[in-house]
Amino acid sequence: MQAYIARRLAALVPTLLFASLIVFISMRLIPGDVIDLMLAQNDIATGQDRAKIEAALGLDQPMYVQYFRWIWGVLQGDLGISLWQNVPVADQLLATLPITFELGFLALLVALTVALPIGIYSAMRQDTAGDYVARSFSLLMLAVPGFWLGTLVMVFPSVWWRWAPDLEYTPFFEDPLKNLSHMIVPAILLGLSMSAVTMRMTRTMMLEVLRQDYIRTARAKGVSERLVIVRHALRNGLIPVVTLIGLQAPLLIGGAVIFEQIFVVPGMGLLLLEAVFQRDYPVVSGVFLVVGVGVLFINLVVDVSYGWLDPKVRHQ
Amino acid sequence: MSLPAPALLDISDLSVSFRTDRGTVRAVQGVSLEVRAGETLAIVGESGSGKSVTALSILGLLGDAGSVDGGRILFDGEDLLALDDDAIRDIRGDRIAMIFQEPMSSLNPVLTVGKQVAEPIRLHRRVPWREAYARAAELLERVRIPDAAHRLGDYPHHFSGGMRQRVMIAMALACRPRLIIADEPTTALDVTVQAQILALLKELTREADSALILITHDLGVVARYADRVAVMYAGRIVETAPARTLYGAPAHPYTEGLMASIPGVDGAIGARLPTIEGQPPDLARLPPGCPFAPRCQHVLDVCGTVPPPLERVAERHLRACYRDG
Ligand SMILES: Nc1ncnc2c1ncn2[C@@H]1O[C@H](COP(=O)(O)OP(=O)(O)O)[C@@H](O)[C@H]1O
Ligand code: SF4
Ligand SMILES: [Mg+2]
Repeated sequence: MQAYIARRLAALVPTLLFASLIVFISMRLIPGDVIDLMLAQNDIATGQDRAKIEAALGLDQPMYVQYFRWIWGVLQGDLGISLWQNVPVADQLLATLPITFELGFLALLVALTVALPIGIYSAMRQDTAGDYVARSFSLLMLAVPGFWLGTLVMVFPSVWWRWAPDLEYTPFFEDPLKNLSHMIVPAILLGLSMSAVTMRMTRTMMLEVLRQDYIRTARAKGVSERLVIVRHALRNGLIPVVTLIGLQAPLLIGGAVIFEQIFVVPGMGLLLLEAVFQRDYPVVSGVFLVVGVGVLFINLVVDVSYGWLDPKVRHQ
Repeated sequence: MSLPAPALLDISDLSVSFRTDRGTVRAVQGVSLEVRAGETLAIVGESGSGKSVTALSILGLLGDAGSVDGGRILFDGEDLLALDDDAIRDIRGDRIAMIFQEPMSSLNPVLTVGKQVAEPIRLHRRVPWREAYARAAELLERVRIPDAAHRLGDYPHHFSGGMRQRVMIAMALACRPRLIIADEPTTALDVTVQAQILALLKELTREADSALILITHDLGVVARYADRVAVMYAGRIVETAPARTLYGAPAHPYTEGLMASIPGVDGAIGARLPTIEGQPPDLARLPPGCPFAPRCQHVLDVCGTVPPPLERVAERHLRACYRDG
């Protein structure tokens, strides 16, 4: 298993390199560059200033030189310095990553607590009214865009009940309750949007598993319906669902960008959004590096949990 | 002379149908069977003749699609069809156990073999898992799985088909059931393994003094293992007799056809065996009269009117046919 994980990690390197190259190039292809933006804030600047700033930021070099400098820095643990804030990108990432991680983790928790029980219920009561309600809900969640749902939650409760979600961020370790009261609304919304696909997948897989011969064997032994589900069906049904959750990881991060902005969560999503608007290249590259590592790490976790769920994989 | 003991299992006039897109499939019609304590009854018939459906009805495992339209299944004097879910569940795996055809798919791939064998013991005897596992180890030894005690933690994919079927047998024997239903337990196995598994099954059921319903489509298998035989065709029993009688003097044209297709001891190797021409009827569109008529070489005018009733031809020998003799 350890050798397997090591091999997987080694395989990540080229993937990450390729991804970073794409991000590096595409950022610089977006019209409008950072110098223009900086100069626009300062109307006494001249063409000479422009060249100076470019040189100072290292942007006068050819793109491949910039890229290799960046990579070289990354290899030494140096992600560069924010062009606007003048602080190390690594510091910004360290400050924002735990916040986004918390949001993602809470959202995943919400997604699973909604998707698994409802998916299982739906499968057990196939084609009953409850099943239809659950499936319609999941379709609705698939169809409704996150930003729209987020805006609804911001606007309508305040109009109807004069209640608005808490928009003030408090670090978790300072006041966990206050932190959660802020995070819970975006976490629920993000979780619900993730739950749709997971719920449908859970239902489909459970239906498939409940048709299997070994389920009939379990029933023939006198196993109760509850234990048939919990002991005999669930693990078999969840194996593909776990993969799906892994595949949804990038979705989670995309969702974080949207909900962090709406609910003013100072996480990596917000950092990324501002950096893109300001063409703060090192920050954008840094965020994508973390996202890339994160997605690949999640997939590794998925692979490992596969082994735990499926004995056939474990023994290979 | 003493009265014969009452049957352990007494099925009378059982009818089961499935609602499908093609209409109502009459899978079992008016089946009556008796199994006495310790006895082995073979149910024989081509694929699709209603053997599995009959077996599954006994344990109430037909699922949502199938419905029992009539009949009674008495087990130890208790009507299984009248029991509620909890009561029938208490009987499953405890007093009646079942072995299925597909050893590859009938064991749960993510649970250890030990757990699967121990499960019914834990469930019905309410003993701690540890004790159930100890008993499971004994059972695996009884079915002659080599190094049984060390294989409790193995998963089904570690075992060959024949070994898995041994595991299934161990599981079925776990609670010393009064009745074991084995639905084509060797059909999916290599020919060389088939005989071993059947012999083992027979030996262990005899040791446990369990009755056995052995379902098979191979009449050749029956001779060695069954006390009595019921031959099914298109959802009905067409002939039933003690095994010896049936072999010596089959009375139904369908049974005769099946007999002719058994490779005999004196049969030349490689000689083509006669098979019964034609196909069984569509159970959703059964013809009136005898369901075997389209394939029967002895067909009479009366055969196309109403299905022949099961009637006595000799002591304990019944058949459903209009032919004389
Ligand atoms: N779940 C089901 N739905 C519809 N028809 C079924 C179902 N199970 C069995 N049948 C039908 O019942 C008939 C008898 O099947 P079965 O008892 O499995 O035959 P066999 O003698 O081969 O065991 C078949 O024609 C089959 O199509
Ligand atoms: S009843 Fe008629 S058709 Fe049916 S088996 Fe007997 S002789 Fe053949
Ligand atoms: Mg069958």
